[in-house]
Amino acid sequence: MRDNVTTLTQDQAMPQPVMIETAPGDDIILDVAAACCRFDVSAPALSRLFSHEPRRILRAVENVSFTVKRGTTFSIVGESGCGKSTLARMVVGLQRPTEGKLSFRDIRRADGTIGPPRVQMIFQDPYASLNPRWRVGDIIAEPIRELKLRSDEAAVQQRVGDLLETVGLSRTDASRYPHAFSGGQRQRISIARALATEADFLVCDEPTSALDVSVQAQILNLMVRLQKEFGLTYLFISHNLSVVRHMSDDLAIMYLGRFVEAGPAEQVFTKPQHPYTRLLLDTIPDVERPNRERRPMSGEVPSPISPPAGCTFNPRCAQAANRCRVVRPELRKLGGVEVSCHFA
Amino acid sequence: MTASAAQPLLSVRDLRIVFDGRHGPLTALDGVSFDIAPGEILGMVGESGAGKSLTGTAVIGLLEPPGRIAGGEIHLAGQRIDNLPAEQMRRLRGRRIGAIFQDPLTSLHPLLKVGDQLVETILTHLPVSRAEARKRALDLLKEVGIPAAETRIDHFPHQFSGGMRQRVVIALALCAEPSLIIADEPTTALDVSIQAQITTLLKRLCREHGTAIMLVTHDMGVIAETADRVAVMYAGRIVEIGPVEEVTRRPSHPYTAGLMASIPSVHVRHEHLNQIDGAMPRLNAIPPGCAFNPRCGRAEAFCRENKPGLPLSGHAAACHFPLKEAAHA
Repeated sequence: MRDNVTTLTQDQAMPQPVMIETAPGDDIILDVAAACCRFDVSAPALSRLFSHEPRRILRAVENVSFTVKRGTTFSIVGESGCGKSTLARMVVGLQRPTEGKLSFRDIRRADGTIGPPRVQMIFQDPYASLNPRWRVGDIIAEPIRELKLRSDEAAVQQRVGDLLETVGLSRTDASRYPHAFSGGQRQRISIARALATEADFLVCDEPTSALDVSVQAQILNLMVRLQKEFGLTYLFISHNLSVVRHMSDDLAIMYLGRFVEAGPAEQVFTKPQHPYTRLLLDTIPDVERPNRERRPMSGEVPSPISPPAGCTFNPRCAQAANRCRVVRPELRKLGGVEVSCHFA
Repeated sequence: MTASAAQPLLSVRDLRIVFDGRHGPLTALDGVSFDIAPGEILGMVGESGAGKSLTGTAVIGLLEPPGRIAGGEIHLAGQRIDNLPAEQMRRLRGRRIGAIFQDPLTSLHPLLKVGDQLVETILTHLPVSRAEARKRALDLLKEVGIPAAETRIDHFPHQFSGGMRQRVVIALALCAEPSLIIADEPTTALDVSIQAQITTLLKRLCREHGTAIMLVTHDMGVIAETADRVAVMYAGRIVEIGPVEEVTRRPSHPYTAGLMASIPSVHVRHEHLNQIDGAMPRLNAIPPGCAFNPRCGRAEAFCRENKPGLPLSGHAAACHFPLKEAAHA
């Protein structure tokens, strides 16, 4: 009887190795549910009292929900001030959500351990994100030492050397200082530092926007290769639609703190449904169509402190009707893609 | 000069800029030659450090020591301007050559109202009264598309958004109706939708006023959308020059071709982006022969010894083995 029970539990345990073999992208790694981030930007209480001013709340991120599947790239696209960086900061825990919940699901790693994914961030400016007074070797070794991932110093140095080679630099670069490296090489160092923690989930906030295009191509290719090699999951923040097209499996277009369109990248690019997505795709400069005549989007992004009523995009939208100025459209599912537009 | 029979507005010949450093002189710009016709937009594109901004700085006469012009000539409408005394150059700047820089916040005085900055510039260059200058300032603000210009004229720069500030800077550059504007990364600090507004505005002004623009940017997309001709720079030299459609569709220098192929497309998703391995050489380590030879897949022994020249024709590349014969229009 007792033997039977053991066999039974073993049987139950059996499917688990199969779970590991599920194709990347089947299991959810990050679940963001109705996350909001609001900042109080009011004048000091006393001045408000004298000038009879109400409190002013900046809604950086409003009611954003999405899931990221393991081993895929989820991109967030938007213009400056749309809340994409705030969202990234919430995901890495640098910013607490005012409302809503962000949760990482436990994952099973290649070494058999189960636990929450390790999250790291790659920043936009490789000139500001590396300590100029530290040698590259120490910059990369810091997370290894801090998290006690290697037992002795020789193993740490070995790991640093391996990481440098993984990102396309040489082992001997460990003894040099960041100023000796170009922007692209510095970004490689940032990536090596992120990988040093054995990270599973990388939040990349505009990782290539400070780089020249030919260097950008090198970094993007490196990121794609590392994703395949280590099964990394990327949350990719960018304003550059062609880079996003190249990198993403899924994407969300953000406008004034909300998602206006979200879904599989291929579908959003081939069949954009929200007028903002269409305008964005129409206004990006295109090397493949030189000197085309185009109609630039009029107006500017309104202030997130006093967003327009109804659909926040209505002042810039050519299709806007009375309903758009009063009723805010909710995100609804339209053939695999979520869109918030009354006319989609 | 087969295509344009008319005299070029700006003519740069064999421009050489040298920086005198502690370890001897560094050649930052070497043998740069190009023309800009009246009313034409010439794009200068290249990676950081290629010398594109430096070319613009030299044309406008703002090159500062330790940098100096060590050779070549710059002519504006037939007049040689690279050796003008500082005082004469100062009068020419703003009057005949305008400038637009990348960051609109740093090109405007933060403590002066926008209108006062415009009026001051107009009074410096044009023989008009203060009232006339103010009227002209208002017209300029309207022309560059600033809504409610009558009230906005008395606002400070910090009260404007990035895109609106750049419009003010453009208005400032237009004050004295210059025949040439040097626009150095005018849209880089702006969002894509605002970027499109500014490039459209520049194109319109160019058409309506016949102003020529030298558009310096690292963004090939902006060039493709805006410029008539493009000059691609690499390690202090122009490697390819020609009409925008020709250069972007049929690049003839291997560097241009690599650059074009490394730009991700919005239309299709590729598995792998083409990349040019390595990096642009530093100024103190420019290889002999063709500067691009260590990164070039087509380089032969000949390229490592002989510097390729750049013919002054419709579409030309400084390459011994161009990808195909550059079309001579």
